[in-house]
Amino acid sequence: MSIIEKLKPKFWSNGGPDAGIGTKRHLFNFRRIWNLAVILTASVALVPLIAMTLIHYEVTQDAIESEARNNTTRLVRNTWWTVSYFLNEHKTVLDLVANEHTYEDLKDPIKLAEILKNLEERLGGVVDLGVIDSYGIQTNYVGPYPLANKDYSGQESFKKIVESGTYTSDFFLGFRNVPHMVVAKKYTVPDGSYYILRATLDIKPIKKALNKIEVSGLGDVFIINHKGVLQTPSRYHGKILEKISLPVPRYSKEIQVVECKMSKGESLVVGYAYIPDTPFILMIVQQKKELMERWYKTRVELFWFLVVSITVILIVTLGMATYLVNKIYLADNERVNSLHKVEYSNRLASIGRLATGVAHEINNPLAIINEKAGLIKDMFTYKEMYKGDEKLIGLIDSIISSVERCGTITKRLLGFARHMEVNIRSIDVREVMEEVLGFLEKEAEYRSITVSLNVPDDIPEFESDRGKVQQIFLNLVNNAFAAMEEGGSLDITVKREGKDFISTTVTDTGCGIPKADLERIFCPFFSTKTKKGGTGLGLSITSGLVHEIGGKINVQSEVGKGTTFIITLPLKIDKERK
Amino acid sequence: MRLLLVDDEMELVSTLAERLSFRGIDADWVTSGEDALKKAEIETYDLAVLDVKMPRISGIKLKGMLEAKYPDMKFIFMTGHGSEDDFLAGSANAYYLVKPVSIEALISKINEALKE
Repeated sequence: MSIIEKLKPKFWSNGGPDAGIGTKRHLFNFRRIWNLAVILTASVALVPLIAMTLIHYEVTQDAIESEARNNTTRLVRNTWWTVSYFLNEHKTVLDLVANEHTYEDLKDPIKLAEILKNLEERLGGVVDLGVIDSYGIQTNYVGPYPLANKDYSGQESFKKIVESGTYTSDFFLGFRNVPHMVVAKKYTVPDGSYYILRATLDIKPIKKALNKIEVSGLGDVFIINHKGVLQTPSRYHGKILEKISLPVPRYSKEIQVVECKMSKGESLVVGYAYIPDTPFILMIVQQKKELMERWYKTRVELFWFLVVSITVILIVTLGMATYLVNKIYLADNERVNSLHKVEYSNRLASIGRLATGVAHEINNPLAIINEKAGLIKDMFTYKEMYKGDEKLIGLIDSIISSVERCGTITKRLLGFARHMEVNIRSIDVREVMEEVLGFLEKEAEYRSITVSLNVPDDIPEFESDRGKVQQIFLNLVNNAFAAMEEGGSLDITVKREGKDFISTTVTDTGCGIPKADLERIFCPFFSTKTKKGGTGLGLSITSGLVHEIGGKINVQSEVGKGTTFIITLPLKIDKERK
Repeated sequence: MRLLLVDDEMELVSTLAERLSFRGIDADWVTSGEDALKKAEIETYDLAVLDVKMPRISGIKLKGMLEAKYPDMKFIFMTGHGSEDDFLAGSANAYYLVKPVSIEALISKINEALKE
């Protein structure tokens, strides 16, 4: 038997829409009830659980995403502030220098060198200082390169300074072949002309500031110009002064955080900010999966929570539904069983009444035949004129013996019907057995079944309900006959069991009962003959009757060899049972 | 010894009377309770064989009526059906035979009854 078969509740196979015993049907379709109970209970429990989990999923995802965005925004803002501060600081310093010194002073190389020295000491990052006159000639220069008197008039940057008064360059290699940038401002002199104060800034302080920014795992912080050229080194998106592998973010005054997909399918969270009055865009690029790692963990936990909850709910629902429907099934089985027993008793009573009627109707004409035949015999016996015709006497004897046989049958029928009423009386077990076997005498003869009855002389009469005893043995003998093929043998042996009991062993040489079925043969509705019209109640009723009169019933069987039923009955029935 | 046989089956009761006469037993027969009462007034009977179920006056009732008038009369019942318990409840200390009855069994019961 497979595990599924073992787990399958009883009502599953026997509780379908038309299930029942005999003409009695179950009140319910148990499979349908079970299905409904499982579906409704599971739905009521699972739908809110799944809905809540999905809501939780969405809310948590939004919260974590939002947190990741906020963190990126904060990081961009802080970095932006650092870089802007650096640039503004240097621009402001140029203003300070211009305010505190006259144009004449600034044209003096010694003074300018002193100013550069002071700036280097106090601010750092200033590589050189230059003063460019309104013709674009660098009239004064202090720094490590020979740039004095260099003509900038043709350069784009010079034009921009003249136009807008201030200028911040991209990072570039220039003559020095090291990345640097230039900040320059235009100042007017009292005679109406102007000059430009120009400072070259080293990339190192900005690189240092950017390196300090802590970004997770594969995160990257760098600066690009508006054309997308990297101004500071990037870990993953290109070399300095090369075009970045990412698209240039759209201009915005505010700090922005956007998501972009790479060709490999990975998602990046890009936070950026345009640095005002510069060509720079600060960018912080982070892997989305790293930012959302906490969410992925939560998601896995949520998934397992859902799986475990659904499993537990389903197990409990299935268990409860099966348990309850099984209880209803058993209760309904009891009801059907009782109805069937009542029907069985009613049918027996009807048979009894019918038997009595038939016996009576037959007995009278039988008595007439008997007397008429008897009279003819008497005439042959007593009257001289008929005496001696042995053939005729033989024929009459045969009529009389047939009448006697009929009489025995009708008397047996009457006796059987009479004993159906509940009546405790003294019973001769041999008499009961002979009566029961009498019903099957002809069948035994036709099927060549040998029947032997052994009742020792020391078996006393016992007190019991004769009708029930008769029914018990009739059922057992009937079952034995049903189990046997032609030529079988039935042995009934009665013996005394101690002081207070007698046991009757009914042994047949029939097909036997498989071991697996032996435990269940006394259960109501257990039948191996359902297709042949068996109700599965015969042995259940027999066992019930045995217990009703205070006895015990046991069975031993071997497939192919036969079955033995042992009925132990008390010699005296106790008061309660009476 | 004189017997009265009472049964609503005339064929049965007449034949039985004839068979008894072959055995030297003098038996009259009637087919109803009323005739039995009339007959008993004319003749004296030692024993009556009564059918239990008869129209109008049943065997048990008839026994009561005859017993009242003729206390020494003995009775044997014959029946085609009915429970022994019913019979015993209606008439204790009486003999009871179920049809069809063998003549030998009937004579043996008659002798037993008369011996009492």
